[in-house]
Amino acid sequence: MQATWVFDGRSSTTVSAPGDVLAPSRIDERDSGNGVGQFARNDRPMSILKKVFPKGDTLLVWFCKFLSYLPLLALLGIVGELFFQALPSIKVSGFGFFTTSDWKPGSSYANPISTSGVMHPPGAHFGIVPLIVGTISTSLIAIVIAVPVSIGAAIIIVEKLPAKLSGFLGLSLEVLAGVPSVVFGLWGVLVLGPFLSHHITPFISKHAPNVPVLNIFKGPTGAGEGLLTSGLVLSLMIIPIIASTCRELFRQVPVTAREGARALGMTDYEVVRKVDIPWVSSGIIGASVLGLGRALGETMAVAMISGSVTGTFPANIYSTMSTIAATIVSQLDSALTDSTNFFVSSLAEAGLVLLAMSLMANLFARFLVKRVSGTALPVGRGV
Amino acid sequence: MFSKSHLLRRKILDKAMWALATFSLVCIVAPLAWLVWGVVGRALPHWNWSLLTTKPGGANGGGLSTLIVGTLVITAGVAVVAGIIGIGSGLYLSELCPEGKGKILRTASEVLSGVPAIVLGFLGYTVLVVEFKWGFSLGAALVVLSIMVVPYIAKATEVAILQVPTAFREAAEGLGMTRWQTLRRAVLKPAAPGIVTGLIIALAIAMGETAPLLYTAGASNNFPTSHITHSPVGFLTYAVWTDYNQPLAGSAELSATAAVLLLVIVLMLILLSRLVIRVSKKYSINNSHGGR
Repeated sequence: MQATWVFDGRSSTTVSAPGDVLAPSRIDERDSGNGVGQFARNDRPMSILKKVFPKGDTLLVWFCKFLSYLPLLALLGIVGELFFQALPSIKVSGFGFFTTSDWKPGSSYANPISTSGVMHPPGAHFGIVPLIVGTISTSLIAIVIAVPVSIGAAIIIVEKLPAKLSGFLGLSLEVLAGVPSVVFGLWGVLVLGPFLSHHITPFISKHAPNVPVLNIFKGPTGAGEGLLTSGLVLSLMIIPIIASTCRELFRQVPVTAREGARALGMTDYEVVRKVDIPWVSSGIIGASVLGLGRALGETMAVAMISGSVTGTFPANIYSTMSTIAATIVSQLDSALTDSTNFFVSSLAEAGLVLLAMSLMANLFARFLVKRVSGTALPVGRGV
Repeated sequence: MFSKSHLLRRKILDKAMWALATFSLVCIVAPLAWLVWGVVGRALPHWNWSLLTTKPGGANGGGLSTLIVGTLVITAGVAVVAGIIGIGSGLYLSELCPEGKGKILRTASEVLSGVPAIVLGFLGYTVLVVEFKWGFSLGAALVVLSIMVVPYIAKATEVAILQVPTAFREAAEGLGMTRWQTLRRAVLKPAAPGIVTGLIIALAIAMGETAPLLYTAGASNNFPTSHITHSPVGFLTYAVWTDYNQPLAGSAELSATAAVLLLVIVLMLILLSRLVIRVSKKYSINNSHGGR
């Protein structure tokens, strides 16, 4: 009698102890094994590997782990090192770096002078405002053109085109993403720029109304190197990112929602406008911001097309200008001749500003897209 | 209910939208065709096969032979360095890491892909070339370019591996394979086409870069040497960037020719990646991997 009671008690403790550490994990593992629990747990197949081979091939795993920490280390190293190199410039220029617009390396023949403990050539003064204006305005032109074009193209690729044609367009997007940025620059400065300044911009300049905002289209049109050409070429460069992301987003809109809308008698336009676009709108914004991040940091094409003028603001949309990235690439050469290294430090601070701008855009974009879709944004150029 | 004019307006809007969408397609394809035509049109009239076999420099600009070799060497180096790091970290993030941890690493890798190329080039110069005293060299170029494309390869690897059905792993497990065997035979093998495709595209991007290379690889008219440091390497994009506005006769044509070569190589790499997908689909049991 007593023996039975002890047995019962024992069995009841082993079966029904909810606080037992082993019990839930055992259930968990069984679930992930049969595939149903797997799906519910966000499809992570590694748990199976872990279960079957708890300690196998540790070396390989450690090697892979080491490799996957490298990008994080590189990122931290980049931010830290850039900040470290920008320190002299931050000390000397202070807040004036963000409020003034001169870009003068100073006299390299005179003896260097010292400000707040940092040696620099006399007359050296760096203000980044025109460069920030140039960077943002070219990127804005690019975004304004690229976003509608990309959305339109993505819609028609997903909704209308037969598979063969959409495959061809996918290839075109890939090629566009793969074209080296110097080749874009070459085309922009030799073909597009002259074409615009001969045939298009004089006409626009002549007929643009002289009212606020639109009067940026008035005035001298220059030789084709400048803000407008840079913005146009940049838009072409970021279209692949935005368009291919939008294409994937539109493909994720559930068929049932669209069929429902169609059953209510909506036209194609209304389905797109009222179902497709609202469904993925924050993803579209995210894709656009990602494109913006790319445009902000684009270097070679802009360095070739912008006219590389520092220290002045663009007077109209055709003016020559420069961006942060283009200035760094075209002036690092001459910055190296500054024996005090102050010019290089100022370029580092400019680079830090650029890095901050594009990383913020990048993080914000990923945050937005991850909210809509499980598959995150493309990395790289959106091929 | 709805008046006739209302219906008509909706129909017109519908047609107008498709017209605009079609126009946006034209806005993508036409400039691309214009670009290719514009660049090829500048190179073709002066095309000479000897350009591919003569060294740059000299009275009439010379050819591009050393630059082509330099670009190929740099690309091959990136394939090895970035390939190992990218595939390894993609493998870790998709198969091996505990769940919470991968998020930070993955985000870091994605954010790294957003770092402007010129920032990498700048730091490559100030840190690797100057501080580490590597000089303009293949080593500095490889480090900087690899940092650029590793996120891309890692992401492609991760996506390709996640597309391998769980059943494959279960089958391998059921047959009693070890962890490494499972990874190699049941996971990496079906994911290989996706990984290779990502690698090829990453190489196409690396090959076309200029900003990270200008101040790390330096410039050279000679063939690359076997030294990893202290030996500048010439590359094709350098010719496009430097020669297009040189007063020397022949240099503008050389620039356009280099641009055409780059376009051809990039196009070939993209087509190769498509071929990999097509062939692998043909011979695979399930078609779940590979793009739509």
